[in-house]
Amino acid sequence: MLTVIRDLLKYDGRFRVAFVFLLMIFSLAVLSVVSPHDPGATFKVPADVPPSLSRPFGTNSRGQDLFWWMAFAVRNSLLLGLVTAIVSRVIAIFVGLTSGYRGGTIDRVLMSINDSFVVLPVLPILILLSFLFQGRLNLMSLAIILGLFGWPWDARLIRAQVLSLKERAFTRTSVYSGASPFRTSMKEHFPFVLPIVFATTINNMLWAIGFEVTLSVLGLSDVTIPTIGTAIYWANQHQALVAGIWWWLGAPIIVAIVLFLGLYLLFSSLNEYIDPRTRLRRIGA
Amino acid sequence: MRKFILNYLIPRIGQYLMVIFVGVTLTFIIPRLSPNDPVETQVSQMMMSGSHVSPEEIEHLREALTEMYGLSGSPWEQYLAFWGRLLRGDLGPSLSTFPTPVSTLLGRAMPWTFGLLLTAVLISWVIGNVLGAIASYHEGNPAIRLVDILSQAVRPIPYYIMALVLLVVFAYYIPIFPFSGAYPPGMHVELSWSFAMTVIRHSILPALSLILIGLGGWFIGMKSLTSNIISEDYVVYAENAGLRQNTILYQYVMRNALLPQITGLALQLGLIFSGALIMEVVFGYPGMGLLTLQAVMANDYTLIMGITLLSIVGVATSVLILDFIYPLFDPRVRHQ
Repeated sequence: MLTVIRDLLKYDGRFRVAFVFLLMIFSLAVLSVVSPHDPGATFKVPADVPPSLSRPFGTNSRGQDLFWWMAFAVRNSLLLGLVTAIVSRVIAIFVGLTSGYRGGTIDRVLMSINDSFVVLPVLPILILLSFLFQGRLNLMSLAIILGLFGWPWDARLIRAQVLSLKERAFTRTSVYSGASPFRTSMKEHFPFVLPIVFATTINNMLWAIGFEVTLSVLGLSDVTIPTIGTAIYWANQHQALVAGIWWWLGAPIIVAIVLFLGLYLLFSSLNEYIDPRTRLRRIGA
Repeated sequence: MRKFILNYLIPRIGQYLMVIFVGVTLTFIIPRLSPNDPVETQVSQMMMSGSHVSPEEIEHLREALTEMYGLSGSPWEQYLAFWGRLLRGDLGPSLSTFPTPVSTLLGRAMPWTFGLLLTAVLISWVIGNVLGAIASYHEGNPAIRLVDILSQAVRPIPYYIMALVLLVVFAYYIPIFPFSGAYPPGMHVELSWSFAMTVIRHSILPALSLILIGLGGWFIGMKSLTSNIISEDYVVYAENAGLRQNTILYQYVMRNALLPQITGLALQLGLIFSGALIMEVVFGYPGMGLLTLQAVMANDYTLIMGITLLSIVGVATSVLILDFIYPLFDPRVRHQ
């Protein structure tokens, strides 16, 4: 694990950028533990102070120090992304392994459901859903619901991988040794799809955090929980730009861009790393 | 031809019907899982508004609303009735602008979203693909390197953040584009040259936010596709045969990478559409996205249902059309 990170740091510029960006984000998230302020408390610090050395992100009109507030926001957004990724990974692995290994009718039925989910415009459905819950949707339920919609792309990837694994000799050895289909899938095929699972986890987190921003901006999630989306929601509610408090909107935008770029570059770097062809080309073989 | 219909068209149409079935069923189930009873919400809203309503009238209202939401009868009957109304194109009246039918509101907003989305997707897809193909052919070129880095940087940014950044930069700090809307308030909608120019000027920022993000994705996709094709034997052969570079690039390399990119477009359409909705909210563009925001603000349940259903059918139909265009680009399918 450590050697992989060292190699990637040495040879891949994207990984270096991703490493620095994510380090910044994680430090910010970890700092939320030692925050002097409660994120829900208002008017603890002077309002509308522009960014300075002692308050790097400034303070907002609700009298909150944006630096500490963003620390909570980043932590919650990352948590949401992670829970969504875990839920959707479980579904994607199950659907991908079953569909690829069983083939035939099961494959056709699962894949047609899969493709329907790929094509469905998720945002209107999520808007309907969160509208009906009227802002009572807490972070965990939102994460799980997003997870229920975020699996189809990766299920297809896993299925494609299993289709080729199925033809390999070790699958036949396993079947002739009397292993059940479930055992064959989990013991023999699952380790091979793990790299895809890891890489797509990151991509799925990006997707989930992006959706959270979208829903919160519309005021459809629980806006009392600090997240990157609710930070923008409050800035919009107080018309931060019109009032000239640009740093209120600037803080979440900068944090979001650093987070998204970091995760995306990590994703594309890992994606290339797990594909041996591109790795060979890089070394020059 | 028979084989083509059986093996290609029929499964595609089946897939289309499946998407609509899944989508409509989800929109049917979701409200019934919600802890809020839409009828009671409406009734209590009406009572909170302060106007004096007699108990009999409330009972009457409750019945009317139950009927309108399709909540009478067993779940199975409700489900069938839901489909029945949908197939007749009856989405009910909008609650916030009663009694305007939801379909009228959707009809007014649709052309804006559709026009902007179609233009933005076409522009970003074509430019992204051409640039991507050129990029793998001229790998060392500094301009291409720059596009490559920019695409990587822009691609993961959510549509909302991108739109917000563009708005702050080009309408707030450097005010060269209008702040919001598709035309100045009070201007008469007409078919004239000057009105068209106004709309185009107002649409540049919204379109740009969609184009920039899309372009990055298509560029990266095309580049990785073509960089594999370039080392194929037939390309090397064409080079040795002395064909012009442009001929090789467009007819040998790009042509073969086009099909996966069309499939990619079909797969991305749902996401792009979602992005367009939120972009409209940022720019106050009078399409489906802004209508969604208004519906959320006004607690207009029937309008949100209508928007969700139309989005599902609209995106699914666009994907179906793409699937029908697909064979035109694939000579193997065309020749059968």
